[in-house]
Amino acid sequence: MSDCCPCSTDNWPELERGFRAMLPEDILAFIDAHRHQEHSESLLIATLHQVQAHFGHLGPGHLEAVAQLMQIPLAKVTGVATFYHYFRLQPRGRYLINVCLGTACYVKGAEKVAQKLQDELGIRFGETSKDGIFSLESTRCVGTCGLAPVVMIGDEVHGPLTPSLVPGLLESYLARAAEDLVTDPSR
Amino acid sequence: MSQMISLKIDGEPILVPAGTTVMDAAETLGIHIPRLCYHPELSLEGNCRVCVVQVEGFDHCLASCATTAWEGMEVQTNSPVIREARRDIVELLLDNHPKDCQTCDRDGICELQNLAYRMGVRERHFEGRRKQFPIDDAGASVVRNAEKCILCGRCIRVCGEVQGVFNLSQHGRGFTTVVGPANLAPMDESACIQCGQCVSVCPTAAFLEQDHTERVWKALGFPRTDKHVVVTTAPAIRAALGEAFGLPMGTPVTGKMVTALRRMGFDAIFDVNFSADLTIMEEAHELLKRLEGGGPLPLLTSCSPGWVSFLEKFYPELIPHMSSCKSPMQMQSTLIKTYYAQQKGLDPKDIYVVSVMPCVAKKFEAARPEHVLDGMPTTDAVITTRELAQMIKSYGIDFTRLPDSDFDHPLGTSSGAGDIFGATGGVMEAALRTAAFKLTGKNLGNLELTEVRGVTGEIREASISLAGRTLNVAVANGLQNAKVLLEAVKRGEKDYHLIEIMACPGGCICGGGQPYPPIGTYTMNHDLARARAKALYSIDSAKTLRCSHDNPDVQKLYADFLGEPLSHRAHELLHTHYTARTPRGIR
Repeated sequence: MSDCCPCSTDNWPELERGFRAMLPEDILAFIDAHRHQEHSESLLIATLHQVQAHFGHLGPGHLEAVAQLMQIPLAKVTGVATFYHYFRLQPRGRYLINVCLGTACYVKGAEKVAQKLQDELGIRFGETSKDGIFSLESTRCVGTCGLAPVVMIGDEVHGPLTPSLVPGLLESYLARAAEDLVTDPSR
Repeated sequence: MSQMISLKIDGEPILVPAGTTVMDAAETLGIHIPRLCYHPELSLEGNCRVCVVQVEGFDHCLASCATTAWEGMEVQTNSPVIREARRDIVELLLDNHPKDCQTCDRDGICELQNLAYRMGVRERHFEGRRKQFPIDDAGASVVRNAEKCILCGRCIRVCGEVQGVFNLSQHGRGFTTVVGPANLAPMDESACIQCGQCVSVCPTAAFLEQDHTERVWKALGFPRTDKHVVVTTAPAIRAALGEAFGLPMGTPVTGKMVTALRRMGFDAIFDVNFSADLTIMEEAHELLKRLEGGGPLPLLTSCSPGWVSFLEKFYPELIPHMSSCKSPMQMQSTLIKTYYAQQKGLDPKDIYVVSVMPCVAKKFEAARPEHVLDGMPTTDAVITTRELAQMIKSYGIDFTRLPDSDFDHPLGTSSGAGDIFGATGGVMEAALRTAAFKLTGKNLGNLELTEVRGVTGEIREASISLAGRTLNVAVANGLQNAKVLLEAVKRGEKDYHLIEIMACPGGCICGGGQPYPPIGTYTMNHDLARARAKALYSIDSAKTLRCSHDNPDVQKLYADFLGEPLSHRAHELLHTHYTARTPRGIR
């Protein structure tokens, strides 16, 4: 093919540089090592696992970089990332709140506690509060049914809870976050 | 000869070649098993379960589209169990679907509605929570309404398998599964090339074209004080418009179409075929110039806006190969607002240009910022063949009884070369007719270059000797086929001078804006494409004027207004440029 155009219209080299800058070396090495193998697209999930392990979540930029560098259509990549519960598309807050919706907690009113948490934080399950301090998730039984209904915040268990106890509980973690900020502003 | 196997369907014995699906075997017995996600031109998914049948020895139903018949198999397609299962499946689909049939664009030509009627669904038994998603109607061409989606996956398959774009995928899971582009981004911010094949294959109204009929009705309103409303029709419209009025597939309806447009009140009715001839003049000269060493070869044709977007998103490095010619639609609109305006003594601002196109991507093309004249769009509205048919019906025009009439001057005369632009290979054939004349000084003895004709997906190649020079050409339709061709060119395996690419399978005659085929016939059906192509080739062969360079009105346009092909003025008005765009597609 003759090519006598003086100016290149190929945007790939520039785009590729940008995509490579999005991902750490070890993940790039993993992609490069398998890129030209047969069925390399089957390593998509493995790659996404590594990206989430590194960044804590899968951001739009990470997903696009994975798609382009692995040459897998982006729609496929975001389709896979949104299919599996394991993959998080939002950064996780400092404190992860896990509301137990197991049978014992449920009959003891976990749903009301969950609703109060959502109202107080202004977020729904799977989301992170605007200040980046809390993420809200649900879980099935944490093995402390005697304290039902229970909520785990980080690795601490709280129970039995009622909706009226929720604001105070959140306050205590907010205070802790503010204290951390004073002692270690880099966090 | 392949091995034959015998089975029984509804008690009737039948012999079919090994590998035949139960659905196809039943079809040979005249039993039409209801179906929904199935599309004969796409891969099998078997996800809707509407085509279930009962098979002896199985306690569950099997999807007949995805089950290969075996020796001794006994199938029931209409047992009470099957009838109930099938109706329940359709009811479940309906119960998670908006109840707005009467106000839906697909009313009357919706596969789900038709199926519900045929299955005898008369009540809703499973009413419950219904999925709700926002409508993405911000795109210039394609509207995505996920509430109407039944997750059949045809759009995902056509976008990937036929167009090689892979822009659509299922997102999420379970009840909240939704089909859309990556990150559910707006269509125009995704890798979408606006070809509209998703609209064509969708059984419901989950994908539709962006509606322009309202703005056309408004422009046509009475009293018309400010605007001179001009309409101009693409080659492929005349081959398919009749279908919307019950005429047989491939009935040419040029004359009736012109009469209908006149009755609707357009001030002038022009033919984009005129600018197809003009495109050939410019493109053939561009080819000759490049053959003489003036630019990269192969030259790629630029008429199809879906293909233009594909080039910009998937193969930007090939932009220098692209013909700089505007599409015929854009040439025509530009001339209406310059040449015609000058002749009529009209201010271009007072002219409203409506283009009738077989194409959804033309709406996007019309909205491109490069296609402006003194700050206003050159094309004001683009309606698809479907939208025109709807407008004619809405106007109360009895289309099939209309007499024929002719296009207006000076942008209404065309050669047969302009007519065949609507079919894959047509631009190539038209270009070669004129290139041959320019190279040899006389017209080809046989104007019909059958090597480049044919509506199926195969890439067609031809070598033509002209004045001691051999021109190698290739034609592809459907962008997955175009990818194969372009990759071969990039690897240096092929040495072509001219390549014609049309985004849609079969070319514009099967564009994303053409009438939905009657229920039971599928888009991309080869007989449908052949019938429409034949309509155009028959118009061409019946004309005495068959070469673009012989078109007297094109000659007059050059003499009075443009000067020579590729002149400064022609460049200014009839040529465009392309830009690498993101998101970049995956090849």
